[in-house]
Amino acid sequence: MDLKAKILSLVPEAVYDEKGDGMWTIPAGKFHDFAVALHHDQALKFDFLRSLTGMDWGEEGLGVVYHLESTEHGHRLVVRTLTKDREAPSLPSVCDVWKAAEFNEREVYDYFGICFVNHPDMRRLYLRDDWVGYPLRKDYDDSEEINPLRMSNEVAKDDVESFDLQPDGSIIEHRKVLFDNDEYVINIGPQHPATHGVLRFRVSIEGEFIKKLDVHCGYIHRGIEKMCESLTYPQTLALTDRLDYLSAMQSRHALCMCIEKGLGVEVSDRVKYIRTIMDELQRIDSHILFFSCLCQDLGATSAFLYGFRDREKILDIFEETCGGRLILNYNTIGGVQADIHPNFVHRVKEFIPYMRRNIQEYHDVFTGNVIAQHRLKGVGVLSREDAISFGATGGTGRASGWACDVRKRIPYGVYDKVDFKEILYTEGDSFARYMVRMDEIMESLNIVEQLIDNIPAGDYQLKMKPVIRIPEGTYYAAVEASRGEFGVFIESHGDKTPYRLKFRSTGLPLVSCMDTICRGGKIADLIAIGGTLDYIIPDIDR
Amino acid sequence: MEIKEPKIKSMRYNDFKDNEYLEAMLKELNANGTNVVVGCLDELINWGRSNSLWPFTFATSCCGIEFMAMCAARYDVARFGFEITRNSPRQADVILVSGTITNKMAPVLKRLYDQMADPKYVIAVGGCAVSGGPFKKSYHVVKGVDKVLPVDVYVPGCPPRPEAMLYGMMQLQRKVKVEKFLGGINHQVSKKEYARLMERDLNAERDELNVEQEKD
Ligand code: SF4
Repeated sequence: MDLKAKILSLVPEAVYDEKGDGMWTIPAGKFHDFAVALHHDQALKFDFLRSLTGMDWGEEGLGVVYHLESTEHGHRLVVRTLTKDREAPSLPSVCDVWKAAEFNEREVYDYFGICFVNHPDMRRLYLRDDWVGYPLRKDYDDSEEINPLRMSNEVAKDDVESFDLQPDGSIIEHRKVLFDNDEYVINIGPQHPATHGVLRFRVSIEGEFIKKLDVHCGYIHRGIEKMCESLTYPQTLALTDRLDYLSAMQSRHALCMCIEKGLGVEVSDRVKYIRTIMDELQRIDSHILFFSCLCQDLGATSAFLYGFRDREKILDIFEETCGGRLILNYNTIGGVQADIHPNFVHRVKEFIPYMRRNIQEYHDVFTGNVIAQHRLKGVGVLSREDAISFGATGGTGRASGWACDVRKRIPYGVYDKVDFKEILYTEGDSFARYMVRMDEIMESLNIVEQLIDNIPAGDYQLKMKPVIRIPEGTYYAAVEASRGEFGVFIESHGDKTPYRLKFRSTGLPLVSCMDTICRGGKIADLIAIGGTLDYIIPDIDR
Repeated sequence: MEIKEPKIKSMRYNDFKDNEYLEAMLKELNANGTNVVVGCLDELINWGRSNSLWPFTFATSCCGIEFMAMCAARYDVARFGFEITRNSPRQADVILVSGTITNKMAPVLKRLYDQMADPKYVIAVGGCAVSGGPFKKSYHVVKGVDKVLPVDVYVPGCPPRPEAMLYGMMQLQRKVKVEKFLGGINHQVSKKEYARLMERDLNAERDELNVEQEKD
């Protein structure tokens, strides 16, 4: 099918820009109908919103870039829409088409002040309500006088603002009630051991059952994307490790891949092998930690200790080669920081049988346990449709039967050369999410085993120019991080620094589906659900 | 009575790097003088206190994972008496601020700290907590937790290795040993400030404290 002709037939005014990955520009007035058509048209069926990025194009206006994919046909599309108005910018919301847009549009509102018409909940997502200005706008003033450190406690409101389009074309603002006066609302977090960091939920309950759940993010919003705009490309690498620190290797891999794509650089086979092995080791590390924390949350403290014992083995391997345990700083543009340590191959080979044996132990200790089974089976079911609509990739999506593995969809590194299964479960409950990860550890061990003896000789680092400039255009690259698709979107204007750099968070879609999953469930199950979704808060908040 | 240099079992006195600052504290303590009974009691109490400092489970980001690693089997923090981490601030003696503190989190952290019972201690773990670390230029990061809380020990690193955290915690143990527990209360605030805090009218501050008010 000719995608171009199809899009032009839908919106004749659409303009295509070829720079970089290429991008369509759709006028804002027609955007909503266009989005509906993209989603519903049988031949198009763009049902997966991969990434939604707010943009400030200065003179051109403020806008949004959408990365879309069809899970059925596999084709991809990048579109954008924009508005010239900088005083009171507004764009149509697409959260009725893709649920993933709900949180992402709130993020854009927070960063750029763009109001999304017909969005049910136009609150800031990360920053405090009393924050002045929109930090990712190019003309934002970040002086301390405007936004000092406010030490007053924030009051959580029970109603939210929203903007509705009237039939005559005007927009009215009104407030929607989130929690009624007579609802029993309890607060969980931001300091709560079971939220795995500083996430906050407000939960309305009826007896023991959850009626509604409201997520508050931003307690660890570090403004990384804004910082990147003033850093040179090699400098931006430093921050990715700190996003999702249990996918440090993969996140940095994604950023390096995206920059290399922009530069048109192809790395050597040796680098590809090393990167792939490191990614898989990191995945095992992360899944072991997932196991440990889940067990701890459900009250099995000894399992926590088992997990950490084995995790240390991987950390030792990392440490020899990278010098770090957690923040690894290993990938660089065009290669890796240092060649693998002489012990590396030997150590990894020792580790593989060791870990296989221990997984069995995990299953003996925890998986078969009656309490564990009762607390996980049938709890927090996420349907396949919802997983796709929310964009909940990674183990969560695969537990719901959605084959969303980037390693299979868009192979990178040497994943096209290795033989591995994509683990799929169909139940979509907490137990399936747990099992996906346990099986993935085995699968990752298989991948590493296939590669470890065949690392080809060659350079571990290409020679790069001292100052790296990416040609003008937009670029997107994604990897399968430990908990889903981690994407990097760069818009370059040919400078030393990116014009805009956005990270597709793996965790944001996961928390955005919390409300859907938890409704009707018991409050105690919140722990199991949160544990098995396995989000990392600094990755959500960025 | 003379209080001697603080010894802890785990490491020799000379192996610590910053003894001067402790010696300054000692000098001040000895200059004020203590009678023998109170001094001995103090030493006994401090011996007990320094060996049972319970940390508060508080972690916002990356450094928190190393904190967890420290609590697990390999580094086994319990060896030094930091026995168990507490999930409630009311039961904890020391808060290890591990991770970045953002503007939105700062009031929450302050509140948690206020909820801890005296005497209480703060360890700033990692570059972020010490000074803002890699995020110093960010618009939403507090440049050092000492802007919000009084910090007793700083542990630099990004993230600090568990060994470094243990070192920092042992420093705290030594610090606790040279404190005057009886007589001079170990509040982080001055006596006057303490009295003011105890007498303040909580009702008047309800709004600010975000206590839900009766709706009429
Ligand atoms: S100091 Fe480094 S490791 Fe620790 S929280 Fe900050 S960025 Fe993360």
